[in-house]
Amino acid sequence: MTQQTYTTVGQPVRRIDGVDKVSGRAEFAVDVVVPGMAYGKLVPSPLPHALITSIDASRARALPGVYAVLTGAELVNMETHYGSDKKDRPIVAMGKVRFQGEPVAAVAAVDLQTAEAAAELIEVEYEELSAASDIASALADGAVPIHDSNWCHEYGYEWGDVDEAFKGCDRIYEDTFTFPMVYHYAMEPHSCVASFEGDRLRVWTSAQHPFLVRAELARIFRLQLDEVQVIVPYVGGGYGSKSYTKIEPLVMALSREAGRPVRLAQSVEESMKTVRRHAAKATVRTGVMNDGTFVARECLSYVDTGGYTDNGVRVTERISDRIVGPYMFDHVRVKSYGIYTNSTPAGSYRSIGGPQASWACESATDIIAADLGIDPIALRLKNLAKKGDELRRGKRPLEGDLAPKLRLVLDEFGWDSYLPVAPDPAHPNIKRGIGFAASVTNSGASPTSTSLVRFHADGSATVYIGTTEIGQGSRSAMAQVAAEELRIPLESIKVIGSDTDVVPYDRSTGSSRSTTLMGLAVHDAAVDVREQLMQLAAGHFETFADQLEASAGQVSFKGESITFGGLVREMFGGSGGELMGRGYVTSNHASGMLHDDPVFWEVSIGAAEVEVDEDTGAVRLLRYVSAADPGKAINPKQVEGQDEGAAMQAIGHTMFEEMLFEDGQFLNPNLVDYRVPTFMDLPDEFETVLIEFGDGPGPYGSKGVGEGGIVAVAPAIANAIFNATGVRVRDLPLTPERVWRAIDAARRGS
Amino acid sequence: MAEATERRIKIAFEVNGGAVEQDVAPEVALIDLLRDGLLLKGVKRSCDMQVCGACTVLVDGAPVSSCTVPAFEVRGKRVLTIEGLAADEALTYISDAFIDNAALQCGFCTPGMVLAAKSLLDANPSPTEADIKDYMRGNICRCTGYKKIVEAIQEAGRIARDGARS
Repeated sequence: MTQQTYTTVGQPVRRIDGVDKVSGRAEFAVDVVVPGMAYGKLVPSPLPHALITSIDASRARALPGVYAVLTGAELVNMETHYGSDKKDRPIVAMGKVRFQGEPVAAVAAVDLQTAEAAAELIEVEYEELSAASDIASALADGAVPIHDSNWCHEYGYEWGDVDEAFKGCDRIYEDTFTFPMVYHYAMEPHSCVASFEGDRLRVWTSAQHPFLVRAELARIFRLQLDEVQVIVPYVGGGYGSKSYTKIEPLVMALSREAGRPVRLAQSVEESMKTVRRHAAKATVRTGVMNDGTFVARECLSYVDTGGYTDNGVRVTERISDRIVGPYMFDHVRVKSYGIYTNSTPAGSYRSIGGPQASWACESATDIIAADLGIDPIALRLKNLAKKGDELRRGKRPLEGDLAPKLRLVLDEFGWDSYLPVAPDPAHPNIKRGIGFAASVTNSGASPTSTSLVRFHADGSATVYIGTTEIGQGSRSAMAQVAAEELRIPLESIKVIGSDTDVVPYDRSTGSSRSTTLMGLAVHDAAVDVREQLMQLAAGHFETFADQLEASAGQVSFKGESITFGGLVREMFGGSGGELMGRGYVTSNHASGMLHDDPVFWEVSIGAAEVEVDEDTGAVRLLRYVSAADPGKAINPKQVEGQDEGAAMQAIGHTMFEEMLFEDGQFLNPNLVDYRVPTFMDLPDEFETVLIEFGDGPGPYGSKGVGEGGIVAVAPAIANAIFNATGVRVRDLPLTPERVWRAIDAARRGS
Repeated sequence: MAEATERRIKIAFEVNGGAVEQDVAPEVALIDLLRDGLLLKGVKRSCDMQVCGACTVLVDGAPVSSCTVPAFEVRGKRVLTIEGLAADEALTYISDAFIDNAALQCGFCTPGMVLAAKSLLDANPSPTEADIKDYMRGNICRCTGYKKIVEAIQEAGRIARDGARS
C-alpha cells in the first residue's frame, strides 16, 4: 500500500524465534518454575454423567506434604462459573459431573508424587445418571438433561423465498454428512502456573488469548484488570485448543487454597478431556436447474458441544455461516443447533465449523455434478461468487474473484490434462481418481488489536504485541512489518510478546487474524515512529519532512545524512531517550477496510489424487495440492508452513482421527489409540500454491492463512474416492473398513 | 510425604560431554532426571508413552524416548540432549537447516526432531525421502505437515557430505 517494492516484507527470512527453538532454550509454560510452587493434580470423574453425593477429602488433607484440596465447596467469595459465551462451566465440579474426566477435585502438594497419592485418597460418591455421548442420544425422548436442557444454542438466517424456489427447480438433492469428534493434539498439553497473591494474580499459562484469560480471572476473583497478570511464554501448539480460558481459574483457585503458587501440567489424556472439535451432522438440500444453475439451498446442522458450551455458540453459528459454500444462491435458509452431550467439551479448532461445513457442502457439489452429468469444476465455476458479491447477505462482500484462484490450483495439479494410470493388470481393483474442493470462511474474529513500538537511541526498536507465538511465526512477521516501516534492518528489531503487564491489548490469537489485524497495529505504530523521526529530521535539516528521504536507518537531505538514533539523541539532548509509536486497530481503522464483518474471507482450495484398493478399502493419498491465499505473503515460507500443517491435520481427520465414546466412556484417550498423522502419512506429492493478489485488508494487501488449508481436504479426498470407484462416502473418517463397506454395498446393490 | 521408595541407585554417566553422578529412585524416568534433576528443559514431555518422540535424547548416539526409559539405565552411557547439540558448533548445521527450511513452528517437537535427525544423518548422510520418512516416523510434529522437515534433513545431509559447513 505504501510502497511497491519492499526490503523485508515478502522475504522468506529465518524466523526470529528459530534459534530459541532449535536450541532447547525456548521456554514453554510447562517449563516455568516459580519459587515456592506446589504441584497440582486433578481428580477426574470416572463417570460421564452423575450427581455428586459426597466428597471426602479428609484423608488426602491429612497426608503430609499436602497443602490444599479444592472442591466445589471451596468456591466461595468468588464467581464460581466461567465460559467464553455462556458461563456454564464450574471451575471445579459443583454437585454434578457432565463428562468423563471432569475435575471433581484438585490437590496441591509439595511434589507431584504426593499430589498424585493424595488424589487417590479422595473419596467421591456419585449417583449415576444415564449418559448421552452423541447428538442422537442427547435429543432422544427421555434423555436426561445435562444442563437445563440438552439444547445449547440455535442459529439461522434466510433470504429469498426458499419454499417457492424449490418448487421451480428441475432437481432437488438432499444428503446428510457426519463429521467426527477430533482432538487438536497440541504437543504441549495445557499447562499453567498460577499464583494467588490477594489483590494480585499472576499466571504463566499456555493460553492463546491472554487478555481474555485476564478478563475472566479478574471477573472470577473480583479484581481489576491491572491486578491480573497473564504471562504466555512460547506455546507448544494451539490450533484453537488453548483459546479462551481453560484450566487457569481452577489452578488459581487451588493456589488461593494452598497459599502459594501452584503448577498444573496436564497429561495428553487430561488435555483430551479438556477440549476437542465439535462433531457434526449436517443435511444439505439443494435445488438446481438442469443446466447446473444453483437456485436454492437449505441446510440443517447439529454440532456436538459436549458437557459444556466452551465455544459451542460460535461454532454453531460458523457452521451455518460457512455451509452455503463459495456459491451464489438467490434463496437460502440455514439453521443450526448446538447440542450438549456427555463428552469432552468442544471448543475452537482451526476454522471453527469450517471443515464440518465444507465436508457437507463440497461433497454435495460433486454429488450434484455427477447426477447432472456436468464436470464438477464447470459446475463450481458456473455458480462461484465473484469479487464484490455478498456471499452472505449483510456481510462483507468478497474481496477478490475466486475463479482465477481455483485456476491456479487446478493448473498446478494438472487437472485438465489428468489421465488416470490404467489399473495394474495384476491388481485390477486398485483404482485411481482425483477430487477437488473449495470454500471461503468468514475469518478474523474481532478487529481489536493494539501495538506499541519503542524506538531506541541507537536506532534499534522493540515491538510489543499481545499476539501469542503458537508456532505461526507471528514474531517474525511482525518484525518484518516493523522493519519495513521503520526502514531499519530486521536484526534491529526485537519483538516482545504476551505478558499482559507489559504488552498492550490484543483480543486473541486465532481465526487467522494476527497478520491482518496485529499486522496493521504494528504497521501503524511503526509509521507513527517514522513520522516522528521525519519531524525531528525536518528540524535538524531545517526543511520540510516531505523533502527528506529515510532508508537504512538514516535520513538524508541534499547529500547529508543523520542516523535515526542520532535524531533521538538530539531530541533528548544527551546519549539516551526513545520514541514511542502506537497502533490502534478498530473497525473504524483509517484504511476503511475493517468496517464490515467478517474482517476478511479466507480462501480454501484443494485438489487430491488417491489410489483406492477396492478389495480392502485402503486409500492412499498420492498427491495433494493446497492453496494459501495471503493476499501478500509477508513471509512466504511461513505461509507455506501454515498451509501444509493445516492440510496435514485435515489428512488426519479425513483418514483416521476420531475420538470414540461409548455410553459416555472415552475409549481412546491416548496417542496410541488415537492416531495422528506421522511422516508416513505425507502424500507422495504435497504442494501449496501461494495466491498473492493483494486483495486483503491487512498491511500490504495481506490477509490470514492459518485455517484455510484444513477446510478443503476431506471433501477433496472423498470426491477423489468417488472419482476412482463411483462410491460416495458421507461419514468421516474414511477408514478402510468404512470405504470397503461402501464399495461392498455398491457392488451388492448393482 | 507420600511413600517414597527407600532404595536409590547411584549412577554415573555423561550428559552433553560432562560427567554426572546422581542418586535416583528405580522408578524415575530418564525424562524426569533430565528435566527436573538437571534442568535440561529442552527435553519435552508430550504423549508420555513412546509414540510422539518429543522427549527424544540420544544415548550412546541412538535415539531413545526418555519418557519410558528408567534413569538408571543410562549408567555409564553418554546422553546427548538438545542443549548439548546446540552447544556443539560442529553440529549447528542441522539446526540451521531446520531454521532455513522453516522446518519448525511451535518448536515443541523440535528438540527431539533435531536429535533424531542427527542420529539418522550420523548413520546415513545421504538419506532418501523414503529413508527419512521411515526413520523419523517415531517423531510427531503437529504444526509443519512434515514436508519442510524432510527438506531440512536432506539439506543438512548435503551440508554434512559436501562439507559446505562444518
